[in-house]
Amino acid sequence: MSKFYIGIDIGSTSAKTVVLDENKNIISRILLPTGWSSKETSEIILRKLNDLNFDIGNSTIVATGYGRVSVSFANKAVTEITCHGKGANYLFGANAKSIDDNDLGVLSNNLLIIDIGGQDTKIIQVENGNVVDFLMNDKCSAGTGRFLEVMSNALNLKMDELCDMAEKGADTHISSLCTVFAESEVISLIGRGEKRENIAFAIVDSIVKKVCQQAQKLYKKDMKVCLTGGLSEFKYISDSLGKELKTKVYAKEDGRYAGAIGAALMGI
Amino acid sequence: MADRHEMWKLLGMNIEQHDVLCSVLPGAVGDVFMSQKNRPKGMEFWDMVVADVHGIRPAELIEEQKKGRKVFGTFCVYVPDEVIIACNGIVTGLCGGSQFWVPDGEAVLPKNTCPLIKASVGARLGKTCPFFRIADMYVGETTCDGKKKAYEILGEDVPMYVMDVPQMKRPEDIERWAHEIALFAKKVEEFTGVKLTVENLKNAIHIVNEKRKAMQRVYDTRKNKTLPISGRDSLLMTQISFFDDPERCATMCNKLADELEQRVKDNVSVVDAGTKRILVTGTPLAIPNWKLHNIIETTGAVVVCEEMCTGTRYFENLVDENINSLEEGFKALANRYMKTNCACFTPNTGRIDDIKRMVKEYNVDGVIDCNLKFCCLYDTEKFSVGRALKEANIPVLQLETDYTDTDAEQLRTRIGAFVEMLSK
Repeated sequence: MSKFYIGIDIGSTSAKTVVLDENKNIISRILLPTGWSSKETSEIILRKLNDLNFDIGNSTIVATGYGRVSVSFANKAVTEITCHGKGANYLFGANAKSIDDNDLGVLSNNLLIIDIGGQDTKIIQVENGNVVDFLMNDKCSAGTGRFLEVMSNALNLKMDELCDMAEKGADTHISSLCTVFAESEVISLIGRGEKRENIAFAIVDSIVKKVCQQAQKLYKKDMKVCLTGGLSEFKYISDSLGKELKTKVYAKEDGRYAGAIGAALMGI
Repeated sequence: MADRHEMWKLLGMNIEQHDVLCSVLPGAVGDVFMSQKNRPKGMEFWDMVVADVHGIRPAELIEEQKKGRKVFGTFCVYVPDEVIIACNGIVTGLCGGSQFWVPDGEAVLPKNTCPLIKASVGARLGKTCPFFRIADMYVGETTCDGKKKAYEILGEDVPMYVMDVPQMKRPEDIERWAHEIALFAKKVEEFTGVKLTVENLKNAIHIVNEKRKAMQRVYDTRKNKTLPISGRDSLLMTQISFFDDPERCATMCNKLADELEQRVKDNVSVVDAGTKRILVTGTPLAIPNWKLHNIIETTGAVVVCEEMCTGTRYFENLVDENINSLEEGFKALANRYMKTNCACFTPNTGRIDDIKRMVKEYNVDGVIDCNLKFCCLYDTEKFSVGRALKEANIPVLQLETDYTDTDAEQLRTRIGAFVEMLSK
């Protein structure tokens, strides 16, 4: 039986699992909501892996994300920053290897990764797969996935609907950086009869500006900028980030799995 | 351990509240210190002191007060202990390092005040720290706006003297600081009833210099690849040195240094070879704030130096003992104290030079620059510190935290990632 490399990324919102074969090809992905117990989620993942007939005993399992310590069956735990670096290099670096290969753009091993997560946003500078510097927002939920989640709830929209709508909007701004106050700002915009498209625009615009402010601190002209995490499937988000940073921001469907891919690679 | 409740009652403390603090401290000490392997035997002294931190030294201070000596409580490494010691006074540090005291501080201070100030004010007003009860006089200083205003509030409750620390280090500022020390000396003479003389000042300078040398000796052993003591233990030693009798402090530190030097010769290290060596810089870590060191040292790295008030700023540089008049003494003191580099000065490039020098001296792999929340001075200085270190190719991680444990896991992730980055 062949050996597998399994990466488990238990984030604050969702738990991502990736299985790599010996040639580093992704052969399986599992996406679950993290729920209230990382430990229980990790047990569900273990059951699913067994159901899929992966020989756990003969695999190397690496856990990452905020719930990494809860994965009792992992061989080791590595921080999500290191894993996102490795995973993004796998997806976007000069030797990128991925099944949903579309536009890989310029070949570069000098990456700037923007990962908009559920409870924090990470900006990671990677050279040849190694993290050389990173920043994390540590003050509050402004500029994180949680911000978008709360705001789309206030507008009664799903994330993809929010992005579609934002694309058609313009000229409205949210001034507050605090998620709680920004939500009341959105509610007063609704009350004032502002078009939903414009409010959606303002919401995405707010997070993009906040994230780019962070990214600017590490961004240099020769870097290839990539978006990973749960928002990477929304083209409008990566395009807006690119517009703000005045460079192309690459994104892929597998971007959500960057942390899990990196974790799997750490086991090799 | 003796029951100290009678003493605390006589000090007018809030016993019920204070018992809550006493009940959590042993657990914290156990988790942070006793869990370490292969500790130096000399740490037994500091273990004993910390186990009875609100008993053993306060009881001594009270005995000295009975003999007529005065206790001065201080909050800053710029306050010259020598003047107080010369006049037969006793110095004790008063900075609060626990979240326990913060709510009582927030009762009178804005929430966005740094936790050190909130805890210090809370410890006094909440009557939950014996040192804050014992001190006959508090000596403040103008090192930040938060402290200046907090001293006005404390001054309503206890005799308070505030020293005007300059904000720049031009020759005229250093001269002014010498004058400020002379003014302080007058106040101390008045309060203690002991006249300051060249002889007693000279003697006090010698006592404090010996303490500084002893602490430096311990820190010097941390420069070795063979690391004979953990960051947590070194920090505990430094924190308690603010409270202890300076001569005993020197004796105990020298004893510890003897053991550590022998450990280096015998190749006894507290960490595995290759463990990443961290210098921490930034705002002070007042006792019992062990959060940062504890996270770093349980995340695969080790702290080898603190460029902090609770660290090298406290004991680097000696005062010239060769003085022939009080005026020369004040000048010698001013010259030494103005060599200490704090973000309250502008410019403060000396601190960057210090960090870069210590990175070399202590064989440092990476710097963690951390400030207490709402410390505008150190927070703002992060920009120039970070830039200078990056230019010098020294890896740096910049953090902000307070006394709560709510961000412990976030800090662990950042520090863990930093250590992984250093290990690649």
